[in-house]
Amino acid sequence: MEALLLLYVLIPLAAAFIIPVIGRLWDAFAKLITPLALVMLVVIALLSMIDGTPAIYSVGGWTPVDGIPIGISLIKDGFSGIMLIVINSIAFLTSIYAGSYMNKYTTTHKFYTLFCLMIAGMNGVVLTGDLFNLYVFLEIASIASYALVAFGVEKTELEASFKYQVLGGMASLLILLAISLTYWMTGTLNMADISNLIRTQSFPTTVTFIQVLLIAGFGMKAAMVPFHAWLPDAHSSAPSPISAMLSGVLIKAIGLYVLFRLLFNVFVITYEISLTILILGVLSMIIGGLLAIGQSDYKRLLAYSSISQVGYIALGVGLGLVILSNGGDKDLAALAILGGLFHMVNHAVFKGLLFMAAGSVEHATGLRNLNQLGGLGRMMPVTSGTSFFGSMAISGLPPFSGFFSKVIIILAAIQANYYVIAILAALINIITLAYFLKLQKGIFYGLPASGMNKVREAPVTMLVPMIILASLCLALSLLIIPPIRDVVLMPAVECLMQTTNYATTLGL
Amino acid sequence: MIVYLLCFILFLIGLYGILTQRNLIKIVIGLSIMEFSVFLLLALIGYINGGEAPIITPGEPIPQFVDPLPQAMVLTAIVIGLATYAMLMAIAIRLYKKYKTFDIRKINQLKG
Amino acid sequence: MTSIVKTVTRLLVRVIFIYGVYIILHGHLSPGGGFAGGAIIAGALILQILAFGSKKMKLQREEAESSIFESLAILLFLLMGIAVLFLGTKVFFSNYLPHGELGELISAGVIPLYNIAVGIEVAAALFPIFLALIIYKEEIK
Repeated sequence: MEALLLLYVLIPLAAAFIIPVIGRLWDAFAKLITPLALVMLVVIALLSMIDGTPAIYSVGGWTPVDGIPIGISLIKDGFSGIMLIVINSIAFLTSIYAGSYMNKYTTTHKFYTLFCLMIAGMNGVVLTGDLFNLYVFLEIASIASYALVAFGVEKTELEASFKYQVLGGMASLLILLAISLTYWMTGTLNMADISNLIRTQSFPTTVTFIQVLLIAGFGMKAAMVPFHAWLPDAHSSAPSPISAMLSGVLIKAIGLYVLFRLLFNVFVITYEISLTILILGVLSMIIGGLLAIGQSDYKRLLAYSSISQVGYIALGVGLGLVILSNGGDKDLAALAILGGLFHMVNHAVFKGLLFMAAGSVEHATGLRNLNQLGGLGRMMPVTSGTSFFGSMAISGLPPFSGFFSKVIIILAAIQANYYVIAILAALINIITLAYFLKLQKGIFYGLPASGMNKVREAPVTMLVPMIILASLCLALSLLIIPPIRDVVLMPAVECLMQTTNYATTLGL
Repeated sequence: MIVYLLCFILFLIGLYGILTQRNLIKIVIGLSIMEFSVFLLLALIGYINGGEAPIITPGEPIPQFVDPLPQAMVLTAIVIGLATYAMLMAIAIRLYKKYKTFDIRKINQLKG
Repeated sequence: MTSIVKTVTRLLVRVIFIYGVYIILHGHLSPGGGFAGGAIIAGALILQILAFGSKKMKLQREEAESSIFESLAILLFLLMGIAVLFLGTKVFFSNYLPHGELGELISAGVIPLYNIAVGIEVAAALFPIFLALIIYKEEIK
């Protein structure tokens, strides 16, 4: 049913505005209704992915007239289908986790309002088919995340939120400039219509300038090097459920997803832009990995490792772009893009798990420095076990899911004769293993540090999402098996590879 | 041609404000000037030579209108900008309450 | 504030409020609409607080009441959008009331109702921003 596409935006928006009205009378209302709303969305997303057909919904009933689309349409195809499942499931597990974590903050019903608004914004970005509507939903998600980073008003949180807001505001400005130049050039705002016009007529220099502005704007939102300066402060100072959401889902849904959608399906692929994305991916991977080794704060180390893993994703998809623009082997490009998208799904799961474990340690002890913590494995067995699973998965050890996605990216690089990139990827993988082993030893193993004797395990509502995510780390390696891969991942790869499919789904 | 150049100069003035000023409020004002230059460019895109304001009065012949779509886009973007600056000002006032100063050289507790 | 400001404010606040309501209601005939009219109504309320001042407890109570208005206005907006899924043409957000003549006040289907909801929402959202900044300033001193 196509009207189900509306529910992804309507349900979080309605929940976000019912919570202040009823939350004044009944305190626990917000904690109950947010997981309920999100589990409905997870079920709808899973059922529609198994169904597999693309769905289009024209809002307001404005159907195309004479072949010119007027009005806004919501389009769900393979790539947006898998992003919807990732966003809604991680949000559901985080909202259960936040039920007991937020007990130390006041006015928690405002937290749930902002959280639901952020989910509505991200769902809107993934579903929409109109450029300016994309900008509006992008701003809704960004402004809600600025407020959530500064939620407990300590000194460091406010400073981190201010830096995040100024840089994020500049990024949104560059995106608005690119959208206005696109409107000037083509005269329409519908993404399918723009893709038809750019392929039939040709505007060489203006299109390159627009693509550079889009890479700068969305690169700032996705925290690729050299636009990464806000990420370590913002992700380490935010409350832990928000760090899990930001680092696992937000930088991919509003940064990388939109960039890949616009570069593959709307604009024509050229060699220089593809090489730019490949080089930015390699730089992010190297600099994020090297800067993470010297950190002694638990959450800052995890934030730098996020930059490094985003570099892996950009490397995989950038390699596919370069091969496609050279006119090379299509199967090889599909392999590289498969590696990149599989790593996107994996990283959401294990980065969410690692930040939840960090929050559990902070809830129990109140400290975040690696030099002051130690030997917590005896007192907090579930936390240390799930954190061990997450660390082994992110370092790429078999049989966890991270091993398969990294091996696919390195294999694609070797087969495309980019040997230097393959060696660098393997080297940074070893460095990732090194700093995660340092993290595990420093916090969970060894002798207990002074003052750690009275530490107890975290409450049950915080442990259940961590156990579910840890078992997903193992279960997602099943996505390599060809029948499951054809249902889940290959539709996403197909709709990026067939670059003109997006225009034809609208019937133009 | 010269109006687009003036929009670009306004963008550069805003960028100068963000990069060199030390007071928090002046950084926010620089961001605001940058944003207004993009709105000006967006509203100027829809201009057609000899066009009039796009309002229909019943009973009169319809003249040549300028493009109303960029005007609707600028109105939406102004509302979004209002929400952004309300957030920035609220955070700036809370920062003053915690650090007792508006100078960004003294607000640098997060390092590394 | 001085007595000149207080006297002029006492005369003008009601006129500004009515002007804001006029711009909201004629949003489909002349420039303006929901957002501009809502901003003018918020301006009238802010002028009242600026000229006469108020105690902190009364300001906090006004801020709480205003937020409830804002949430209710947005829920009304969503309800009107969803109600069309059950009546009429069964598409979200379409214009389902009769369209009427060009240039009359009661015409253009459901657009004036959306304008009123947006106007109330914007006025009820801008006023607590101002109140919150005043309350922080009084807490700092």
